[in-house]
Amino acid sequence: MIGTIAVSLGTALVLLGLWSALTNRDIIRMIVGFTIFDVGIHLIMISIGYIAGGTAPIVSSLSEVGVSYVDPVPQALVLTAIVIGLGITAFMLTYAVNMYNRKGTLEIDKFEELKW
Amino acid sequence: MIRIIPTEFLKKLTGVETMVKKAFTFLMLGGLGAILLKFILSFSEKTALPEVAAHYIEKGPSELGSANIVTSVVVTYRGLDTLGEVTILFAAAAVVGLLIHLNRNENAVRREGSELLKTASVLLFPLILLFGAYVFINGHLSPGGGFQGGAIIASAVVLTVLASPNRKIGHTVLSVIESLSGLFYVGLGMAGAVLAVNGFLDNRIIPLGEFGSLFSAGLIPIIYTVIGLKVGSELSSVVITLNGETVEEDD
Amino acid sequence: MEILFLIISVFTVITAVTAVAVKDRVVSVLAGGATGLFASILFVIMAAPDVAMTEAAIGSGLTTFIFFFALRKIRRNDQDHSNGVSEETHRSRDNG
Repeated sequence: MIGTIAVSLGTALVLLGLWSALTNRDIIRMIVGFTIFDVGIHLIMISIGYIAGGTAPIVSSLSEVGVSYVDPVPQALVLTAIVIGLGITAFMLTYAVNMYNRKGTLEIDKFEELKW
Repeated sequence: MIRIIPTEFLKKLTGVETMVKKAFTFLMLGGLGAILLKFILSFSEKTALPEVAAHYIEKGPSELGSANIVTSVVVTYRGLDTLGEVTILFAAAAVVGLLIHLNRNENAVRREGSELLKTASVLLFPLILLFGAYVFINGHLSPGGGFQGGAIIASAVVLTVLASPNRKIGHTVLSVIESLSGLFYVGLGMAGAVLAVNGFLDNRIIPLGEFGSLFSAGLIPIIYTVIGLKVGSELSSVVITLNGETVEEDD
Repeated sequence: MEILFLIISVFTVITAVTAVAVKDRVVSVLAGGATGLFASILFVIMAAPDVAMTEAAIGSGLTTFIFFFALRKIRRNDQDHSNGVSEETHRSRDNG
């Protein structure tokens, strides 16, 4: 039950974030859309590894039996993904500041050098 | 000349064009939503661990000596991915430093923080640093690790920068810490490849010690300390560069 | 536990829609940070404390800080244009 709610919430966040990144004309709001897209993807990845009734994968003592843990591999991957998301966001914001310094505006419709 | 004709043509269609773009976006996202909906409807929670995860959970604490299984996966079992992550973070921080430094504005005077903020930041800065160090040293015993500890250290530097934004903070010490930490991390990995059984980033070079104590799990606390220092100094230097005041490094 | 999960996921959707639909930039950035914070609560309920700590510190905290630093740079350069000081430096840097 928790897994299904988490997957649907993650899907909703992915769609919302992509919609914001594709239809907004302001660069800062596009970057916020990418941040929300990242959060949705992380939620989907964690909920794939969730096992109902499992506890966090931290072992109390070496000779323990009968405890069911959740899957630790997706959690390690999401840890990496969150840090890389921060790096990419900082990178995008640096480009936004540079683009503002060149043209004085933050709407992407005014940047026409790549249009043919 | 060739550019004028299409732009004038497009200017006539601007109203229609925006609506066509939005309808197209809606259609694409609807298609993506239909695929994901199919995934949601066929989703059922797992009841048993996959094989690889079962091996990591059963053999992990006794082989590697670390109580936190996610830590043992991140540092030892999938250590090469962590090396890639550290590299990407280093590249992103370097690019941010370069591009912001080219466009800096040194004449701006920023408004100082209030008295309350300055006093609180002086009191809180060593406490937050201590907490960050605690988080990355105890990465193998409780939830935490190098990346979380590094982010907490960067938050302490953000507090200082917000309280006194006109103070010039030098980059030299932070760059030296970051470079030496990165070098040390790769050096430890190479030592694992040369000295121990399982190759790169094996943590059994140092004896494993007693399970659950601070100096256990071989190389894992040392690796996480190095990663914590590297990430902390990297994010701190990004924050200081974004603030704008840098000291020129010609002394 | 499931009812708590449902309530917090409803809050997450509300903050995400606020981040997407509001016209003001500052409110949008703050709502993006709040979405990350609610997601970190969901990670704790799904038995992933490492991921929750990382998402709260990095995804919610540091991302919002970096956004506001970038917004401050944009606003500060905007204010300096009225002096005419930085325009010449911008032009000379564009040519070089």
